[in-house]
Amino acid sequence: MKILIIEDETELMEVIRQSLEKENFLVETAEDFGSALDKIISFDYDCILLDIMLPGGSGLDILQELKKLNKSDNVIIISAKDSLDDKLTGLDLGADDYLTKPFHIAELNARIKSVLRRKTFGGKNTVDLANIRLDLDDRTLQIDNQPLPLNRKEFDILSYMVVNKNRLVNKTSLAEHVWGDHMDEADDYEFIYSQIKNLRKKLKENRAGIEIQAVYGLGYKLVVV
Amino acid sequence: MKLLNHTLKYLSITLFVIISIWAAIFYINMLDEVYDSLDDGLENYKLLIIKKAEEDSSILNKKEFAESNYEIRQIPESVAVLRKDVHQDTLMYMLNEEDYEPVRMLTSAFALNNKFYELKVISSMVEEDDLIEDLLYSLIWLYVAMIASILIVNNFLLKKTWKPFYLLLDQLKQFKLGKDPIIAPAETQVKEFKELNEAVHLLLNRTLETYQGQKQFIENASHELQTPLAISINKLELLSEREDLTENNLVAIGQVIQTLERLKRLNKSLLLLSKIENKQFQDREQVNINATFKNLIDEFSDFADYKNVRISIQENGQLSANMNKDLAGIFITNFLKNAIVHNRENGTVEIIIEANAFTIHNSGTEIALNAEKIFERFHKKSNEKNNTGLGLAIVKAISDLYGLSVTYQFDEGHKMAVTF
Repeated sequence: MKILIIEDETELMEVIRQSLEKENFLVETAEDFGSALDKIISFDYDCILLDIMLPGGSGLDILQELKKLNKSDNVIIISAKDSLDDKLTGLDLGADDYLTKPFHIAELNARIKSVLRRKTFGGKNTVDLANIRLDLDDRTLQIDNQPLPLNRKEFDILSYMVVNKNRLVNKTSLAEHVWGDHMDEADDYEFIYSQIKNLRKKLKENRAGIEIQAVYGLGYKLVVV
Repeated sequence: MKLLNHTLKYLSITLFVIISIWAAIFYINMLDEVYDSLDDGLENYKLLIIKKAEEDSSILNKKEFAESNYEIRQIPESVAVLRKDVHQDTLMYMLNEEDYEPVRMLTSAFALNNKFYELKVISSMVEEDDLIEDLLYSLIWLYVAMIASILIVNNFLLKKTWKPFYLLLDQLKQFKLGKDPIIAPAETQVKEFKELNEAVHLLLNRTLETYQGQKQFIENASHELQTPLAISINKLELLSEREDLTENNLVAIGQVIQTLERLKRLNKSLLLLSKIENKQFQDREQVNINATFKNLIDEFSDFADYKNVRISIQENGQLSANMNKDLAGIFITNFLKNAIVHNRENGTVEIIIEANAFTIHNSGTEIALNAEKIFERFHKKSNEKNNTGLGLAIVKAISDLYGLSVTYQFDEGHKMAVTF
């Protein structure tokens, strides 16, 4: 899988690159408008991360170009500006998603994988890991082909942890992904623990080949056992 | 004191002085003229009496005024020689008035047939006290009439002239920085008002520019902070995944991430506040407040359970509002979040929705909050590290935007009431 990062902030680009390489993606980068344009015209990418404010031009113009080349459907816009106008323009031009800085690495991972799934599996939006299968469209879980009912939050937690498997998922990131932005003043996010406890119990009782481990003070990690 | 009445005060004092001086001079002149005319009449009368006495000596025996207005008395020559005509004021009993009234008297002497006589001729005179009284009343009426007419002229004519001024004043009173209507001065031909209008316009524009600049600055600053925050948080997230870290290292990294998250929240809240004040939430729709509440209560259920707070909702009516959907969500979220966060163990949050209002009551601390200050930015208790101190400021910004009324009351707990 080949991913292009178009981002003028070198340090941010570097962090994203390192994170994506952990997922075994092939990562290429462009730091300005010109080189970004060169790369999108010359090569094909499975996913493009696009910053809107670039030296030498607007990311939206690059998106325009991608739309002309019919390649705009795998673009995730990453912008420091939480602007509704930019978001609408971007999505109108065919971008798949819009992510506002600062974001969590796990969240970026989840969004990238969502783009890749749609692109690769031709509409079949499922994830297999060990003996479990998640259907992200029907929002169902199967363990050894046996369906296991989960509530909405349990499913959201599990799918987020599965796409970030073997990665440390910050509890803030998990809370924001599952409970939304509303919880942002809630006492260190300890409240998410009860849902995770229930989920762990269900996974264990049904002999799932995965486990959610707590990483003290930071968050959780999903591993295959 | 109004400007109109201010000028009137000085005018009335000036008029009073002028009219008083004028009255005194007028009175003296008039009296002078009256005496002059009386004395002339008496002189003429004297000559007529002397002439008549030459023809008819019987009148020489008229020794008292009685029914006529002269008397003649014989006097020795030595006295008569020294006698000069004297005009004087004296009193005489008047039958009709039943009182002594002033009369003008001419005392003279004349010789006839080698005998000398003293002649006194009188004429009734102006009653000075009556004259003064009449004059005083006339003057008072004149004064009142003048003041009244000035008042009327002031109030009708001057008010019309000053209209652009009062219009501007009214607009300035209602003017609030950041609110829409900009001052539109009235057309005027008066040079001073034109200059005033221009000066006010210039001043307001400069103030608005500064205000806009400041608002824009907050928004830009918040935006600029997003990228360094993103780099810091993401770098720490990557760092925390390294295998060679001890548990202590991880805890330390976790704490730094939490602190950065706080900064991120603060920045986001500031940005949101700027955006609301900069009117960047233009889209409006009919938002069902009941449904929004129920959705959010569901979202908050895990958090409320964790805090052991029970949320109840009572719907006495269906409330809907024409506002931005995101802002409506943020508005209600902030109330709910506050009610849960600032609650006690086993506390309650009671929501009552009416057709045009809702109230949120929470069993929080026993002490009433300062209703004046809770809606200010960064007003918070020092021990609440997870609170940005902007939640209620955002609530206020949203309520200001849509003209909603939000009030706080302490009533066995904290009660927020919102009227649409």
